[in-house]
Amino acid sequence: MTMGEVIEFIERFAKVSDAPVRTGVDVTSVRRAGDGYHVTTSGGEIRCRTVVIASGACNRPTVPPFGDAVPASVEQLTPFDYRGPDGLPDGGVLVVGASATGVQLAAELRRSGRPVTLSAGEQVRLPRTYRGRDVLWWMDASGLWDQRYDEVDDLTRARRLPSPQLVGAPERTTLDLNALMSMGVEPVGRWAAVRDGRALFSGGLRNVFSLADLKMNRLLDTFDEWARTHGRDAEVAPPERFAPTRVPESTRLRLDLRGGEIAAIVWATGFRPDYGWLDVPVVDEKGRLRHEGGVVDSPGLYALGLPVLRRRKSTFIYGIEDDAREVVDHLARHLAVRP
Amino acid sequence: MTTVVNGVNVQALLDAREALKGAPEAAQFTWRASSTWQNGVHSRTTIQNFFGLGQEQSHKTEAVFDADHPEVFAAEDNGITPIEYLLVGLASCLTAGVASVAQNRGIQLRSVEATVEGAHDIRGILGVDSDVRNGFNDIKVTFTIDADASRQDIEALVAQSQKRSAVFDALTNPTDVTVEVA
Ligand SMILES: Cc1cc2nc3c(=O)[nH]c(=O)nc-3n(C[C@H](O)[C@H](O)[C@H](O)COP(=O)(O)OP(=O)(O)OC[C@H]3O[C@@H](n4cnc5c(N)ncnc54)[C@H](O)[C@@H]3O)c2cc1C
Repeated sequence: MTMGEVIEFIERFAKVSDAPVRTGVDVTSVRRAGDGYHVTTSGGEIRCRTVVIASGACNRPTVPPFGDAVPASVEQLTPFDYRGPDGLPDGGVLVVGASATGVQLAAELRRSGRPVTLSAGEQVRLPRTYRGRDVLWWMDASGLWDQRYDEVDDLTRARRLPSPQLVGAPERTTLDLNALMSMGVEPVGRWAAVRDGRALFSGGLRNVFSLADLKMNRLLDTFDEWARTHGRDAEVAPPERFAPTRVPESTRLRLDLRGGEIAAIVWATGFRPDYGWLDVPVVDEKGRLRHEGGVVDSPGLYALGLPVLRRRKSTFIYGIEDDAREVVDHLARHLAVRP
Repeated sequence: MTTVVNGVNVQALLDAREALKGAPEAAQFTWRASSTWQNGVHSRTTIQNFFGLGQEQSHKTEAVFDADHPEVFAAEDNGITPIEYLLVGLASCLTAGVASVAQNRGIQLRSVEATVEGAHDIRGILGVDSDVRNGFNDIKVTFTIDADASRQDIEALVAQSQKRSAVFDALTNPTDVTVEVA
């Protein structure tokens, strides 16, 4: 789907559902009042018995605290500020983070002719297509995406998993570290600290790469196993395996940020939700909403659209549907009980 | 339940992990060592007490480590060199990690051997060339593992062990170190 199609899809949904959508209205406060909630918005007050928090998982970019120690001569941007290579000062760029956002920005910046260094921590490597099908087809068809939050081994980990290295280009190319290195992007380890104007990177890049390769291969094994046991081998191409991520002979552990080599830093270090407006004590010390499958720890308060809320697919547009049905069931039962 | 016996009490570790989720103060440990100069470049370091789980703790016995330089450095070789102690730490930490992860994943280990090599250009410490660093240039660990598992599972054990290793982290990431005179 193109951007325009996605907008049309959502607008049509608003029309069909006939819900009273109020656009351009900011919720500035939600607090508990009587048996429900008092909601203050830029467009007036609302009293209600239930609230569904669907404010998204990506309201604010996260930047590690040592960003403050970066010399002022280096421009710093988050994906919220970044519009394209032209908006950056001339010179080299250090992209921090090698997940969906970081790999795409690194590729775009490199294609614009700039020297690009990519600091890579834990990452989720995926081929765009596998055995002739889009990898998302496999996720869906094999049932992986339907895996429920109460079946996942380590839910905290699953909820914190970085986004996969996937790009939605029409050519359906794979954009992993090997592809980026072939373009001339220089990988360095996870950025650990700034000392005396120098960025210090972890020497553990090799293991970050092996973990990503091992996990990808394990996932492909589960796809193969599923295809075999479900008699689907004939409709897809034969199993394939991809070259391990090439580890450079040596990676730089230090980069002088005052030396002029790096003109700008793009932080692609993830996003977090913003609950500054939520005056109900349901947010933990790390700023995460406390909830059990979208049922928040306050009567009548619900959430949707958070990572692995109820399923692995919870943060995808089409993935929210099953979650919404279950969460709304709970909400309806709550409303049915008159206080 | 798993019948794998690697001698690691994984349940206790998992219980500790749960318990410490709500008690970050108890998770604060301080490890301590005291060293005394002997003669020349020979020193003796002893370790017995540490702090953790909110109180003073003690090893069953005091451990003593002699560090010196080898004869090729014109020293008496009363013990291994200090930088070799880093290899001891890395090998033992990763090995402990392999055993713990194997236990947790239900993999029976028969033997786990590791060789560790640290490449060191001593022109740094001798001040021959200021472009050469004092520490290791790189470290290579090679594991030989015999276990009831595929090669891929064994590689995953070793990768996970690095991911959770204190010494691997201490060596690969910078640490703020303060040295002062009392
Ligand atoms: C780079 C990227 C690529 C993606 N690609 C895909 C894809 O290809 N396919 C797919 O299925 N999914 C994709 N997703 C995921 C998809 O965007 C999300 O699943 C979807 O947007 C979640 O919808 P949502 O309504 O829960 O949250 P959001 O889309 O984040 O919407 C939350 C809304 O709440 C509003 N809001 C927040 N706080 C307040 C407040 N206090 N008052 C009023 N309004 C507020 C925000 O302004 C926003 O409009 C992608 C996500 C990203 C970041």
